[in-house]
Amino acid sequence: MPSPIQNPRILLSHCRLHSPFPPKPHPTVSRHIHRPSRPLLRASSAAQQTLSTPTPTSSDILSVRESILSRRKTATEVAGEYLDRLRRTEPLIRSFVHVADEEAVMRQAAEIDGRVERGEEVGELAGVLVGVKDNICTVDMPSTGGSRILEGYRPAFDATAIGRLKELGAIIVGKTNLDEFGMGSSTEASGFQVTANPWDTSRVPGGSSGGSASAVSARQCMVSLGSDTGGSVRQPASFCGVVGMKPTYGRVSRFGLMAYASSLDVIGCFSSSVTDTAILLHAISGYDRFDATSSNIEVPDYASQLVPMDHFESKPLKGLRVGMIRETLGDGVDAGVVSSIQAAAVHLEELGCTVTEVSMPSFSLGLPAYYILATSESSSNLSRYDGVRYGNQIAADEINSLYGDSRANGFGPEVKMRILMGTYALSAGYYDAYYKRAQQVRTLVQKSFKAALEQNDILISPAAPTPAYKIGEKTNDPLAMYAGDTMTVNVNLAGLPALVVPCGVVEGGPAGLPVGLQMIGAAFDEAKLLNVGHIFEQTLQSNGFVPPLLTNC
Amino acid sequence: MALVYFRGIRTSHLRFPLITPFPRRNGVPFCAMRSLDTQTRTPTDNPKGQVKADASENQPKTLERNTSGFETIIGIETHVQLSTLTKAFCGCPYTYGSQPNTTVCPICMGLPGTLPVLNSKVISFAVKLGLALNCKLSMRSKFDRKQYFYPDLPKGYQISQFDIPIATGGFIDLDLPLEFGGGHRKFGITRVHMEEDAGKLLHSETGSHSQLDLNRAGVPLLEIVSEPDMRSGVEAAEYAAEIQRLVRYLGVSNGNMQEGSLRCDVNVSVRPIGQSKFGTKVEIKNMNSFSAMNRAIDFEISRQVNLHNQGQADQIVQETRLWEEGSQRTITMRKKEGLADYRYFPEPDLPEVVLTDDFVDSILSSLPELPEMKRRRYEGMGLSMQDVLFIANDVNVAEFFDAAVEKGADVKMAANWIMGDIAAYLKNEKLSINEIKLTPQELAALIASIKGGTISGKMGKEVLFELISKGGTVKSIIEKNDMVQIVDPSKIEALVDKVLAENPKQLEQFRGGKTKLQGFFAGQVMKVSKGKANPMLLNKILIEKLNAKS
Ligand SMILES: [Zn+2]
Repeated sequence: MPSPIQNPRILLSHCRLHSPFPPKPHPTVSRHIHRPSRPLLRASSAAQQTLSTPTPTSSDILSVRESILSRRKTATEVAGEYLDRLRRTEPLIRSFVHVADEEAVMRQAAEIDGRVERGEEVGELAGVLVGVKDNICTVDMPSTGGSRILEGYRPAFDATAIGRLKELGAIIVGKTNLDEFGMGSSTEASGFQVTANPWDTSRVPGGSSGGSASAVSARQCMVSLGSDTGGSVRQPASFCGVVGMKPTYGRVSRFGLMAYASSLDVIGCFSSSVTDTAILLHAISGYDRFDATSSNIEVPDYASQLVPMDHFESKPLKGLRVGMIRETLGDGVDAGVVSSIQAAAVHLEELGCTVTEVSMPSFSLGLPAYYILATSESSSNLSRYDGVRYGNQIAADEINSLYGDSRANGFGPEVKMRILMGTYALSAGYYDAYYKRAQQVRTLVQKSFKAALEQNDILISPAAPTPAYKIGEKTNDPLAMYAGDTMTVNVNLAGLPALVVPCGVVEGGPAGLPVGLQMIGAAFDEAKLLNVGHIFEQTLQSNGFVPPLLTNC
Repeated sequence: MALVYFRGIRTSHLRFPLITPFPRRNGVPFCAMRSLDTQTRTPTDNPKGQVKADASENQPKTLERNTSGFETIIGIETHVQLSTLTKAFCGCPYTYGSQPNTTVCPICMGLPGTLPVLNSKVISFAVKLGLALNCKLSMRSKFDRKQYFYPDLPKGYQISQFDIPIATGGFIDLDLPLEFGGGHRKFGITRVHMEEDAGKLLHSETGSHSQLDLNRAGVPLLEIVSEPDMRSGVEAAEYAAEIQRLVRYLGVSNGNMQEGSLRCDVNVSVRPIGQSKFGTKVEIKNMNSFSAMNRAIDFEISRQVNLHNQGQADQIVQETRLWEEGSQRTITMRKKEGLADYRYFPEPDLPEVVLTDDFVDSILSSLPELPEMKRRRYEGMGLSMQDVLFIANDVNVAEFFDAAVEKGADVKMAANWIMGDIAAYLKNEKLSINEIKLTPQELAALIASIKGGTISGKMGKEVLFELISKGGTVKSIIEKNDMVQIVDPSKIEALVDKVLAENPKQLEQFRGGKTKLQGFFAGQVMKVSKGKANPMLLNKILIEKLNAKS
């Protein structure tokens, strides 16, 4: 199959047959849009239709690999196309805080071409262009964590995940924007710039890995790495209409990831297809002797375990027990989102799953517990940014002023607020009431997930209660912003894996706004999630979730 | 790695006191750039580990030593730097005296994105020490973060253990040196926990800036907290000396105070006898030898008692005081304003520390004989307490002694040789007992040769010095130097006859009543025998011949 990612015109023609973002909803996609009261029965007949006319989402990694190895295209050509598109789209969405030196990228691509020409082995990710969230250390590029306090900081080492990608031939195209140190849900809290959503540039891409999500969505890179502490991969994946994976805690080494909340942080993946996420996750997973919390459980070859589409039976997910978390579809959840998720549930039923509602009463406790634990840990993790050894320093006559001025100047307001909250929660006399209590809630949440996952193979929920909102809409209302994390934080508290796949489009913006379905699995059960996600994606009637930015730019 | 500057900070010594002395080393680059202040004198640690007997020698005359009517309460926090090959949480080595910032890596420098991974040796060492201190081990413990800002603390927190230390509730036995009146003591150990060391700040002479050396950052420490069981400077110093002995016996630390491998912070309070409430606790730091500890504590006790006696007890405040070796007094370093809130919480980057019974058992069975056990055993062997304390003080000496006795050496003679000529030689040459060529086997052989009469004690000394400096065996040295004692009475008789014949005048005088001349004859006979005549036989035969009427 030819790569769908060539230039926008070709891409447009590739998508035209199925859904070129009609100004008015086309009947086949309209089932996802603003029809919250639509009975499930009718949706099910629509879903049946989708099964008969699937639009497979193809793997960029596999098609590029195929092109390069068959010499239909060189890695240099592929890199050139991506860099070209990156340059054209970047002024509109500003996904990157640092773009790799073009010559360096082309040099790496040429090296791969040389190897292919000489008939030498190339890595599994040869020529794959990767965007990397800027809180992940890269030795040859600045790594700022989105914070002014680390402006221009260049790490002395590559994060373990980066090292593994490079070893397999991947090419890093740049460092993507984020909420400062991962603290935020819209990427507006970046110390450097605001990133826009490729589906509607007046909207946020989500956060904190907003740059990584928008970059993949706009095909500025094939795949990207993000980090997920409370939903920072899954919510932007949902907002930008891409696949996002939050692996089990300990699946991927955190070495080289600037810590926000160490007991919750995990590096995750973005891609435009489940297959690519499977390939990327396999590449970065596994035990690392530099991370004592990394797991030595064997890493399956996720991609090879995906059922190929031509092997799909009529009910490829027959017998799979899916629990729909009741608490995630109640008050405060956008009606369009609810109906999208319900339609997705119907789709899963059509694929053979048994979908039942499951209640998790402790679900609402997760959000406050998360904010106590995450801020507590962050208040400690960010202590090292003191201006003494590296980063921006405000010189002062005595040490306390140096600390105070450097940190006051270097950190943004959201980070300061979280440091203060966390410091408070850990203070003598408050520790038991806050931190300890939150840990108890965490245990409760873990138990409730365990119970729910004994009854079900996977759990589903929205990835976010709303689609992408307007830039500036929630910046003055932190509680509203925090409430947006309600779907995702529990998963981090429990340390479980969760996959977000685009499942529908709701009204909004020039061409609708994507909605993501969150699938939650048992610990280290990524393979199952990827397999379900792959089948779901391949059988979903969609346009491949290509944002309008690409058709206009 | 380049020198890390502590940029643009002006400091005063009051704000940044030199807690740990950093001896001036000429020729290293950082000194060449700007010479650094070394206010603290190079201390004199007693290499024998025993508290010096001159405890009251340097007492400032201004302070009365009368502390009657008061009771002193002393508790000690000891930091023991572990002699693991690598640091606690990264792969860096640590060598005392390395050039600044040469044994560092992104992890111990606390760079963004780095994570600690525990060196498992730290756990074995902690378990060893915990068991040796008769503690109860926590089979499940954890690490916590102790948070405070200080430039020598790269992460802004120290990885330590807070509410679940690896070992708790132990005790230590020791014997006070005889010069301090002797006596056995048992002091309680509250807890032992694992933590990491911080770097060092080096302050410029002018106070205009400071420099940061992170070589020591992340080096593993065990903190040992004692119960407040000590009552005098001597007891406190001897407690510290016993800890030093213990860590050296266990091989977990070199216990060197000057290098900061063993650091003691002492809490001292006094109260009138009969008062139930504790007095205000004052912490003393910066003592670089056991005798300094002893003097610092006695000074502090006197200072506090004097304030009590002058009705100024309210001037004893909770504070940290520094021992000044130069002026032999303690001075205020910082007052404690309320309790510091370290905001401890469990270290999320490190898994729990879980000990298995098998692991503990294997360490327990590998423990060496500890100082207290050795002392009790030596006592049982009939050695005097002075001998016991001397030999058990240094694990190498004790092992040498044990090996010699095992090879059949007479216990008392072995002790005498070790404490006498061997110790003197070691002291002169500044060597340790396992750096000389003498083996325990040959010491045993030497003692046997003397005891069996093969050589005289005097010859024995000559043999000993050759064994120490050149090695070899007692047998070969005796043979080579023809040192075998003459024990054949007829040979000695011939020698006596020869001497008497050659000294008729003296013989006449002797027989005329000048019996003191017997010594002269004995000396002459010994001389012609080249020192080899058996003295007892010689004397016996000489007396017979002298008194024989011819
Ligand atoms: Zn290191």
